[in-house]
Amino acid sequence: MEPILNVKNLTMNFGGLKALDTVDISVEKGQIAALIGPNGAGKTTFFNCITGIYEPSEGLVEITPPGKPTQKLNGLKTNYVTERGLARTFQNIRLFEGMTVLENVLIGRHCRLKSGIIKAMLRSSSQKNEERKAVNDSYEILEKIGLNQYVNEMAVNLPYGAQRRLEIARALATDPFLLLLDEPAAGMNPQETKELDDLIVWLRDNEDLSILLIEHDMKLVMSLSDNIHVVDYGKKIAEGTPEEVKSNPDVIKAYLGDESEDA
Amino acid sequence: MVTKKEIKLSFVIALWFMVLTFPIMVIKVNTIKNIVIFRWENLLWTGIVCFFASLIWNYFLRMKEEKKKSDTKEDIPIVHRLLQNEKFKIPFLVAIGIFALVYPFVFSMYHTSILISALIYVMLGLGLNIVVGLAGLLDLGYVAFYAVGAYAYALLNLHFGISFWVVLPISALLGTIFGTLLGYPVLRLRGDYLAIVTLGFGEIIRIVLENWDELGNGPRGIGNIPAPSFFGHQFNQHNSVIYIYFIVIGLVLLTIFFVNRLENSRIGRAWIALRDDEIACQAMGIDKFKTKLTAFALGATWAALGGVVFAAKTSFINPMSFTIWESITILCVVVIGGMGSAIGVIAGALVLILLPEYLRAVAEYRMLVFGALQVIVMVFKPEGLIRSVRKIYKFEKIKE
Ligand SMILES: Nc1ncnc2c1ncn2[C@@H]1O[C@H](COP(=O)(O)OP(=O)(O)OP(=O)(O)O)[C@@H](O)[C@H]1O
Ligand SMILES: [Mg+2]
Repeated sequence: MEPILNVKNLTMNFGGLKALDTVDISVEKGQIAALIGPNGAGKTTFFNCITGIYEPSEGLVEITPPGKPTQKLNGLKTNYVTERGLARTFQNIRLFEGMTVLENVLIGRHCRLKSGIIKAMLRSSSQKNEERKAVNDSYEILEKIGLNQYVNEMAVNLPYGAQRRLEIARALATDPFLLLLDEPAAGMNPQETKELDDLIVWLRDNEDLSILLIEHDMKLVMSLSDNIHVVDYGKKIAEGTPEEVKSNPDVIKAYLGDESEDA
Repeated sequence: MVTKKEIKLSFVIALWFMVLTFPIMVIKVNTIKNIVIFRWENLLWTGIVCFFASLIWNYFLRMKEEKKKSDTKEDIPIVHRLLQNEKFKIPFLVAIGIFALVYPFVFSMYHTSILISALIYVMLGLGLNIVVGLAGLLDLGYVAFYAVGAYAYALLNLHFGISFWVVLPISALLGTIFGTLLGYPVLRLRGDYLAIVTLGFGEIIRIVLENWDELGNGPRGIGNIPAPSFFGHQFNQHNSVIYIYFIVIGLVLLTIFFVNRLENSRIGRAWIALRDDEIACQAMGIDKFKTKLTAFALGATWAALGGVVFAAKTSFINPMSFTIWESITILCVVVIGGMGSAIGVIAGALVLILLPEYLRAVAEYRMLVFGALQVIVMVFKPEGLIRSVRKIYKFEKIKE
């Protein structure tokens, strides 16, 4: 079977800096894959390149959505990438501060809705139905993620862990087949991390989602992932199951400074 | 209630101001008699006023800090609380409605005319609020679209005798078209750059109008623009003011109605999201450019509508009515009223336009007062007079 995400030879230059250097990564359907590496290795840059926020200097990005033909994502604007079924969260939380929790999720629904200005001004019945459905769908997503007690709160007033989960909820609202999570556990306490762990597994098993996550919390990565990709200085240095990666000498070398965290 | 530190600080500030304003407040040169007069008493007054102003300023700053500490939950503006409470909502709206209805019959034509101006600014403010307040696009050339509307009515009427009511939709369309045409190239720019380019475009339109004699008589402008007719009937001057008053009220209500619907629609939410975070917004599947363009064009539509009413009201327009100061005034209405808050913008327009009219003493210092107000609002109420409040959605708590 085709991998649902297939990245070949991805290279990203920032002036003289090669943030990514001929990286190959592919994600299979139904997998939880992890992308790890020391700080500044180029992980976030990888996400930015495949979601069209950066235009990669070289390389191929292909997706094969379930039940659809393979297509190229290169050169596509970010919003079209999202429309095609890739949704992401951000390492430094980027919620819409002037909006409530529900509205943040509703924004995620945006690309699946149709009504434009005229319909909104006239409030046609199709617009009303669509709106009602969108609100209910969004509420359901919040229920799944366990944020429904905050529906009408302003997003900024949420506790930190809840904000991270809201980012996931918002990404889910775009109906993705592949979820890209950039350090979802960053700044969470052990309890919250545990809940996040459960949530991610639940999402894969019940929502028919594949997940690619960047994470520094090794315990989380090792327990969750089916497959791990390791990058260092923009180069991919290893790939494999948690066991394989753990015992890979290159990986150990790259993480030498972080050994304590690794254990 | 006033700390020693504050007194000391105010004292220093007062001294500093005395030094700073010494040349203009104290020294007066009489060029005829060739003497220099020192008005020492002014120095004293400057000192005293600055001292107390500074004390008050610091006092309020401290109050604000303490308030922020004491209740973390922000309080909802009182108008919103009134509107949310079903028991008050109806009487509140009815009272405003009755007041608006009887206003032109109770008050003189002069007062009605002033209120019309203010209401035109309400329309303009609500239109600009879409662009600046919701979509976060700093547009300093908004007045250009206002001019488009006004000139559309004046010219179409002059050359083709088209009436007010027919021009109204035509100019709205023209506004949309101009907004789209102008927005298309400039909306790729961001923040400050966008502000500067729109500022330039606003001036270009005015300068074109000023120099293109064949189009609209250049700086002499166009006169004798007829007031709106009522099914072919033309009112006398007095009644015509009342009639325009009700037209503006109608248009303002229409604006509020539409803006309110838009704010909580798919497209309105996209505007706000775009304002809050462009990258996240795109990552959520929103087409940045298209969304910006719709906001810009829709804002322009409302400006053009306002322009038509303005031309009908004053019956004379020339390019001087559409200077950069007009854009800035409308922007002040939005910012001081409350960005993104329709009620705030309405309040802002009424305060900013009516106040200088009635306080003739400050009318000349209008821009100074606006500036001072801007600073005060930014320091003490950065969200504006009445900040925006997002819609509350209700869900049945029963679970299946
Ligand atoms: N827009 C940019 N312009 C220039 N250099 C950049 C840009 N974005 C990232 N970089 C550089 O690319 C390298 C990789 O950055 P990236 O953010 O992808 O690292 P990361 O693996 O996500 O690190 P972390 O674990 O700290 O999040 C860094 O050296 C960074 O400074
Ligand atoms: Mg990163």
